[in-house]
Amino acid sequence: MDTPLPTATIQLSGRLDAQTVPVLWTDALNTLARNPGAPMVFEASGIAYCDGAGLAMLLDLRRRPRAAGAEVRIQNLPAAVQTLLDQFKIADYAAITPPAAVPQKLPEQVGRISFSIWQDLLAMVAFTGESTAAFARLLIRPAAVRWRTVLILAEQAGVDAVPIVALLSWLLGVILAFQSAMPMKVFGAELYVANLLGLSILRELGPLMTAIILAGRTGAAFAAEIGTMKVNEEVDALTTMGLDPVRFLVLPRLLAAVAVTPLLVVFSDLISLAGGAMVMAALDIPATTFVNQIINSVQIKDFLSGLFKSVVFALLIAGTGCLRGLQTRTGASSVGRATTSAVVTSITWIVIADGLFAVIFYHLGI
Amino acid sequence: MTTADPIIIRVEEFTAGYDGNVLLNRLAFEVRRGEVFVILGGSGCGKSTLLKHMIGLYQPMAGRIRFGDDDIVQANDLTRQAILRRFGVMYQSGALFGSMSLLENVRLPLEEFTGLDDDARDLVALMKLDLVGLRPFAHHTPAEVSGGMQKRAGIARAMALDPEILFLDEPSAGLDPVTAAELDLLILRLARNLGMTFVIVTHELASIFAIASRVIMLDKRTKGIVAEGDPKQLRDHSDNPWVRQFFNRRTEAS
Ligand SMILES: Nc1ncnc2c1ncn2[C@@H]1O[C@H](COP(=O)(O)OP(=O)(O)O)[C@@H](O)[C@H]1O
Ligand SMILES: [Mg+2]
Repeated sequence: MDTPLPTATIQLSGRLDAQTVPVLWTDALNTLARNPGAPMVFEASGIAYCDGAGLAMLLDLRRRPRAAGAEVRIQNLPAAVQTLLDQFKIADYAAITPPAAVPQKLPEQVGRISFSIWQDLLAMVAFTGESTAAFARLLIRPAAVRWRTVLILAEQAGVDAVPIVALLSWLLGVILAFQSAMPMKVFGAELYVANLLGLSILRELGPLMTAIILAGRTGAAFAAEIGTMKVNEEVDALTTMGLDPVRFLVLPRLLAAVAVTPLLVVFSDLISLAGGAMVMAALDIPATTFVNQIINSVQIKDFLSGLFKSVVFALLIAGTGCLRGLQTRTGASSVGRATTSAVVTSITWIVIADGLFAVIFYHLGI
Repeated sequence: MTTADPIIIRVEEFTAGYDGNVLLNRLAFEVRRGEVFVILGGSGCGKSTLLKHMIGLYQPMAGRIRFGDDDIVQANDLTRQAILRRFGVMYQSGALFGSMSLLENVRLPLEEFTGLDDDARDLVALMKLDLVGLRPFAHHTPAEVSGGMQKRAGIARAMALDPEILFLDEPSAGLDPVTAAELDLLILRLARNLGMTFVIVTHELASIFAIASRVIMLDKRTKGIVAEGDPKQLRDHSDNPWVRQFFNRRTEAS
């Protein structure tokens, strides 16, 4: 027959507060763990003060599962502390750790991600439909659009973007001209840098560069603006006032973006070519020669196809920005996610659209 | 509460305002340990201003705000930190962090200011939520619970470090009468059970009569305190007719 183990008594005294409790708590748990079979008594009569951390420790000591006959007892707890502790039911705290999130298996994760991408595509299709409908209504009743808002937005998206577009376009033209002039000079063919520059900038790089700047500046701004309005329940307020958020918020932004983007692209094309011309001038090719070479080598369709692409890019960027804004849920972090997602999604769409255009233009012979 | 309770906050010669315009002129009052002290007055008379000065967010034009021997107006950084640890504040909107669960909101000050390990912090935070009746909602985010629950969670977070004093700015603003009454009961229970001191800004008359052990009433015209004492006494026996009107909720004649 086992004789019961002697009862261990531990003294708790003085102040149990956030300063003293961390050490005491660890010690007490270690003592419990070292004596799994022995009944434990905490002698508490010496406690002078006990705060929330102290109460949590007392509760924790008693809620730990112990072998039969090895229970934890807290004796002579001062009445004031006992009253405080009585506010809590130990049974409510039986589970030592909160239930951890069940780890997902790989197929489940793949499934979930695919599903969310599918859902996102559906949302985009629905949004495109709504925007197109709003656009159609606009054609019937142009006065319903808030043209003043469109103007202000166009100024922010277009005029204010001029310096950064100029800076990057100029750099692009200079780098492209310089890097291609070096090898071509070996063959005495540096004049053909003009052909290369004219085609690649007008068809591809001008629109692409402008679109990426637009995605980072304007797409992000649209998402953040509408997202904040969503968080502040302003979008809900619009809806309840009978004002369609798509007509009220999305349409002006789409119009503004479509209006300014081609202009920015023309501007970007010109600045890039001017950058190229500067490099060529340094290589003793006068600007008139450079310009004539470009005029002779590129066709108007090259320029127009670049402009056409930029209109599509503008719709993608502004649309994605507005959609992500409207999809914002609650809280500041949600606005951050909406903004990030607006930039990433619209750049992805720009790349996809650009690839599609390359294929389509090739088959149409443009 | 009796006048024998020790004074925990003493405001002396306090003058404050914005942009050189005095809003509160030479206020003096004290708050005693364990009382529910209510600051009231008409809209725009400077109640929130007074509260924000008491918690050290703004510097007054003149005067002292003493917590024990320490004056929060003159305090250096170290003393200031020590004073800040003595009180918790619940802001009018709750000011919970939207991206965190209620439990994480309450746990945040514990992470910053105590040496408790993770499990211990969770338990302390969970017990605070239990005190305000929100233990089952610990893992919800603020957006997922009602306005009244957000206020209670704000109180739980303000209590995380067991402050001696809780400052509440219009706790029942925007709540329905039933929820507001529940909040009053919660405040009374905490004041009684934990011996905590409350400094509350409110104009809810029902709430004032239910919880206040003492009120001061600010007035825009005199820029000072027009009445001080037990709210029921003031309602029935104040010699200032305007004060009696306020408590009896009558509009001013003429
Ligand atoms: N940060 C500030 N700057 C300037 N004026 C302020 C500021 N905060 C409040 N006020 C003004 O001070 C007055 C009192 O405000 P407040 O203390 O919020 O009143 P209450 O809380 O009593 O309604 C109001 O007229 C308000 O416009
Ligand atoms: Mg106020």
